[in-house]
Amino acid sequence: MSAPRDRFKGGLASRLVQVGFLVAISVLWYLATTRWGVNKLLLPNPLNVWDQLVDVIAKGEYLNDLRITLTELAFAFAISMVSGTLIGFAISRSPYFTKVFEPLFAGIYSIPIILFLPLYVLFFGLGPASKIALGTTISFFPVVLSTIAGFSNVDRVLVTAAKSMGASDYQLFRYVLVPAALPVILTGLRMGFTVALLSIIGSETIASLGGLGHRIVNLAENMDMARMFAYIVFAIAIAAFLNTTVSVLEARGKRQR
Amino acid sequence: MTTIATPDAAKADAAIRVRNVSHHFGEEGEARHVRALLDTSLDVERGELLCLIGPSGCGKSTLLNVMGGLFEPTTGTVTVGDKPVRGPMPHDIAFIFQENALFPWNTIFENIMLGMTFQGVPKSEREDRARRALEAVGLDEFADHYPSQLSGGMRQRAALARALSLETSILLMDEPFGALDEQTRMVLGEDLSVLLSRSKKTIVFVTHSLGEAVFLADRVAVFSARPGTIKEVIEIDEPHPRKPEFMTSAKFHTLRDRLYELLHDEIRKSMSQSAKPKRAYEDAVAKGEA
Repeated sequence: MSAPRDRFKGGLASRLVQVGFLVAISVLWYLATTRWGVNKLLLPNPLNVWDQLVDVIAKGEYLNDLRITLTELAFAFAISMVSGTLIGFAISRSPYFTKVFEPLFAGIYSIPIILFLPLYVLFFGLGPASKIALGTTISFFPVVLSTIAGFSNVDRVLVTAAKSMGASDYQLFRYVLVPAALPVILTGLRMGFTVALLSIIGSETIASLGGLGHRIVNLAENMDMARMFAYIVFAIAIAAFLNTTVSVLEARGKRQR
Repeated sequence: MTTIATPDAAKADAAIRVRNVSHHFGEEGEARHVRALLDTSLDVERGELLCLIGPSGCGKSTLLNVMGGLFEPTTGTVTVGDKPVRGPMPHDIAFIFQENALFPWNTIFENIMLGMTFQGVPKSEREDRARRALEAVGLDEFADHYPSQLSGGMRQRAALARALSLETSILLMDEPFGALDEQTRMVLGEDLSVLLSRSKKTIVFVTHSLGEAVFLADRVAVFSARPGTIKEVIEIDEPHPRKPEFMTSAKFHTLRDRLYELLHDEIRKSMSQSAKPKRAYEDAVAKGEA
């Protein structure tokens, strides 16, 4: 959420510290496996992990799992984005509904919805449908809550000013309400995306037939630690890439209203 | 208070005619029920600048909002020209609010263009009119700035430009300089006097400042404490555009003292009233009733 200005304040120095931190962790990891005698089954040598990662990518073995995870994510996020913004907007139009539903949704949002996974697996099976359902449920709340907040906190003066100049309902929506609410909604969408990704990969590790989380657990059960770590690194890279992309889109959306 | 409104026949060309308007917020019997305005009648003459002045919460802003169709009066009627006011009249009336009424996500130029879009000005005319309005307030070099990049005084100039671009015959200004410092107010007041003496617009201007009222107005309507109504109307007989010298003249001071005398007791009265009614008003604003 920091302004671009802050990000560049002493940018190089803090970037160096960040890189240094990651390098230090890798060095510690390496030393732990080669010098300090940590069991290979608990922590494989990072060079082995690197070899495995190259192998996974070169063979394209990851493709099917990645496709499953991303498809689940796409469905879950699309559903919660559309339903969250529509329902949020509808609720924000009535102070009464806002008073009723805002605390209700905020309350539900604070409980660990992952607890419903066994139930969803019973309903929707072990396949992608239960992951989509869980991801949708979890990401719906930040989206709907931020949409309600965004639309109900529009400065009244702006609305009054627009009406005094003759704005129609559509114009009020298009030129005043949406631009005023958009920054808050975009933040909610980014949060929704992040928790959808987390919960989908997480639930794949618990009960599933495929996907990156499924693959990681499978390798762990087969004691194939180096390859498992390679998949973890791969999943982190994918998640970092997706989250960065969404953050960039968010920042761009806030600029161009 | 019928003495203030001249008989209808005599003032057939009043720009705004207010008849027996009362307004209250909330329902009778509720804790938050406030009578903001009581049986007020007033004619605003075509081309004059009328200031509404009075203690806080006396209903002067309420009256302005009722005139502009933003509040529906509880009782009474307002007519603009020969049309009864039942809602916003964007083709006849433009508003200028105290502050922050510019869309912060649009540049100054886009703000002005958007106002005309709302009003329904044909696309081909908008750009020209926006440029002219910006020139009139001396902001042509700041067209592409965002409101947050301008000072408070410049933002109010921009708001004025947006209102001018709508080319309405009536301008309603709700404490437009209220959030500005004294020096900025003085300069803006002088500029406004010059600008408006050329434009022939009818203006109703709500203010807290006695000096501003005397300096700008052709007539000043003084409100009583809540439930407010107009106590007296004072003529300021001085041609526009007014010079800064007017502010140091004996005439200015006599008029200012006269206003102060009229207001003094009302301000005491209003201060002894509880803060509750103001909150009710703000609630109404927040709920969007206002």
